[in-house]
Amino acid sequence: MIFNISKSINFTQHYKKLNILSATLICLSIAVLVFKGLNLGVDFKGGTLIELRVENTSVNISDIRSSFLKMNLGDVTVKKFGKNNDYLVKFEQESSKNKNQIKIINDQLTSDLNENINFRRVENVGPKVSNELLKAGLLAITLSLAAMLFYIWIRFEWQFSLGAIVAIVHDVVITLGIFSLLSYEINLSIIAAVLTIVGYSMNDTVVIFDRIRENLRKFTSLKIIEISNISTNETLSRTLITSITTLLALFSIFIFGGAILEGFSFAMIVGVIIGTYSSIFVATPLLNYTNVNYKTVTKEEINENV
Amino acid sequence: MLYFSKIKIITIYSIIIILAFFAILNFNNNKDHFLLSKKINLGLDLQGGSYLLLEVDSQPVIKQKIQNKLLLLRNILKEKKIKYENLKIIQDSIYFNIDKKNIAEFEKFFLNKDNTFNEYYDQYKEYELNLSIDENSLNISYSKFGIIEIKKTTLSQSLEIVRRRIDEVGTNDPTIIRRGNNRILVELPGLSNPNRVKDLLGKTANLTFRFVSDEDGEFGNETIFFENEDKSSKVNKRVILNGDNLINAKATFDNVNNESVVTFALDRIGTKKFAKATQKNVGKRLAIILDNKIINAPQIREPIVGGNGQITGNFTFQSATDLALLLRSGALPAPLEIVEERTVGPDLGEDSIKAGTISLLIGFLLVIIFMVIKYRFLGIISDLALITNLTLLIGILTLLEATLTLPGIAGIILTVGMAVDANVLIFERIKEEMKTENSIIHAFDMGYTKAKTAVLDANVTTLISAIILFFLGSGPVKGFAITLGVGILTTLFSAYFFARHLSSFYVMRNKDKKIII
Repeated sequence: MIFNISKSINFTQHYKKLNILSATLICLSIAVLVFKGLNLGVDFKGGTLIELRVENTSVNISDIRSSFLKMNLGDVTVKKFGKNNDYLVKFEQESSKNKNQIKIINDQLTSDLNENINFRRVENVGPKVSNELLKAGLLAITLSLAAMLFYIWIRFEWQFSLGAIVAIVHDVVITLGIFSLLSYEINLSIIAAVLTIVGYSMNDTVVIFDRIRENLRKFTSLKIIEISNISTNETLSRTLITSITTLLALFSIFIFGGAILEGFSFAMIVGVIIGTYSSIFVATPLLNYTNVNYKTVTKEEINENV
Repeated sequence: MLYFSKIKIITIYSIIIILAFFAILNFNNNKDHFLLSKKINLGLDLQGGSYLLLEVDSQPVIKQKIQNKLLLLRNILKEKKIKYENLKIIQDSIYFNIDKKNIAEFEKFFLNKDNTFNEYYDQYKEYELNLSIDENSLNISYSKFGIIEIKKTTLSQSLEIVRRRIDEVGTNDPTIIRRGNNRILVELPGLSNPNRVKDLLGKTANLTFRFVSDEDGEFGNETIFFENEDKSSKVNKRVILNGDNLINAKATFDNVNNESVVTFALDRIGTKKFAKATQKNVGKRLAIILDNKIINAPQIREPIVGGNGQITGNFTFQSATDLALLLRSGALPAPLEIVEERTVGPDLGEDSIKAGTISLLIGFLLVIIFMVIKYRFLGIISDLALITNLTLLIGILTLLEATLTLPGIAGIILTVGMAVDANVLIFERIKEEMKTENSIIHAFDMGYTKAKTAVLDANVTTLISAIILFFLGSGPVKGFAITLGVGILTTLFSAYFFARHLSSFYVMRNKDKKIII
């Protein structure tokens, strides 16, 4: 039988070194985010994005680039996108006043390349809107973190909230750090991915916490470190199986879902892997550091009964 | 947890059958019935089309309104025999000086709730204008609520004009709705080249008829350029007639001169005004001005008394049609700016649907196969639950007539991956219970009971994310939030009602055998 994981892995002995690893990764991610920054897409930076298809395969990327550079559109980036002869062109538009700009660009490109150019997608976001979208995105992430914190606070004790929130922040920061390092574009769908990662990571953590709470009540004489180990082992196959099925679905999107969903599914894949890791090695160890014991959870029960 | 009453079973399966029926409706082409015509809509990113976000700039309207207030104020002061001086507008505020003894009288008039100059809004309990007094100099400007009211009316008028213009273009099922307090969202499914619509919406279409004149008259002159030419002409500031008096405009072909022209008809007041002006000014040139550009300035050869006219100006048939359309639909109260535009061509939409469907199928198959390998017979139960889950999800989306976007499809695939989690939690729990329990029935029962809190907790967290995304996300991302959120609800239903019933059925049948999971 596959994935029949033996139930006696000693997780706790790895806590220290993996925590140091996590802390290092977070610091590195923050450093990358600060010094390199995120590659914000037109959704958040404003500007124009054109996805175009050239019918003739002999046209190469430098022809397209030089044609765009001639048009004085400011900073232009051209890159291959997906399969066929698709390219993604981005530029910070100089003025949004010219309502025919897209048509002018198409005409110019057609005459420069002497080819039929198909604009498959055009996105044009003004500075005001991109600013608002960025704010809304940040607000959404902050709100979801706050909502998770609140939820777990009413369901568990504060030590558990702390562990869960640290784990989520860990996941989000490292995912964004990887995006920054690889210069992957941050657009609206990445925000959606980040929020889903927050939900997913939380979900994973809650399942382990739920078991820890149960076991704390069951084995009142055991220390939290032992309880953590037992609970992690007991929930391990569930943790892994759910990650596997989610990753199967995500890889399917990443490979077959087309270029538009690539960034989204990549972010989710990274997030699910880190989220699974953090539930076991970030959230749970924090319970040990905050001296959780059976009293922590039984106190809650007494209060509930009053 | 394994006992199901008859009523419960009937309810569970009725819900499944009803929602499956709605899911099937997507393949049906009934368009008339209010229930049977329900379908999942495809988002613009899947069917192709244009999304435009327009922003109304109400600043010019405020300027115009304060100008009108100035004229009104002058009349009121004259009427009340209050002497004033230095009446002027600086930065959208009216400044003037009056004698100190008149200030109390003016203030009383200004704060009278029935006065015609400064409206009192009952709903806000506030006035339209603010008055500040410093010695003998007074300053009147729009209050916060006055400006809100102006913005509100400007937006609703603009919305109406935009709707008329787009209706005239004749695109399929356009969506035109207000967004916030100064924006209009326009969605045009199937439109892959929005240039014409952008052109039409980009024009204020403020039409005026004014005389060309060289000598400075009572109203003064201004220099206005011709459209498409570098020439300019001096035009009197007095407006003879404007677009408000137009009741119809049509593009026609003038066979005599072999060119496209726009003919128009005036209302009663317009006809009178036009007749009076043209009778007195035969021989003069009348400039037809659209958005501060002269279209043409023909000479008046004879008085136009019938209320019908014709505009010529080197039009192509298309440009004549567009001008007629603009004139018919009326002028926008304020200029519109396109602050966001997203256009997806139909072929990209098709490719996205294909890619989405393929990845859904493959993801679905992978998960199904994995579950059977991992859990054997119980895997089949959870796979049946997964299929039911998808059917329910599609059924609910159909019932809501939700819009499916590419991220929305990703949300469905993600649901497939995460939905089995509920069953995995339960099965793993049952497995643990079986170690200590001798009775299979009891082990299943305990498994379902004990896993309940974990399943609920785990799903609520994702649901929270989905809800926040729904309220803060826009367009395609909203579609993702909907499928993810509804997916969680259907997952809970299919795991805790449908799969549980199947398991109980299975366990009851095999209570004496040893079940390995």
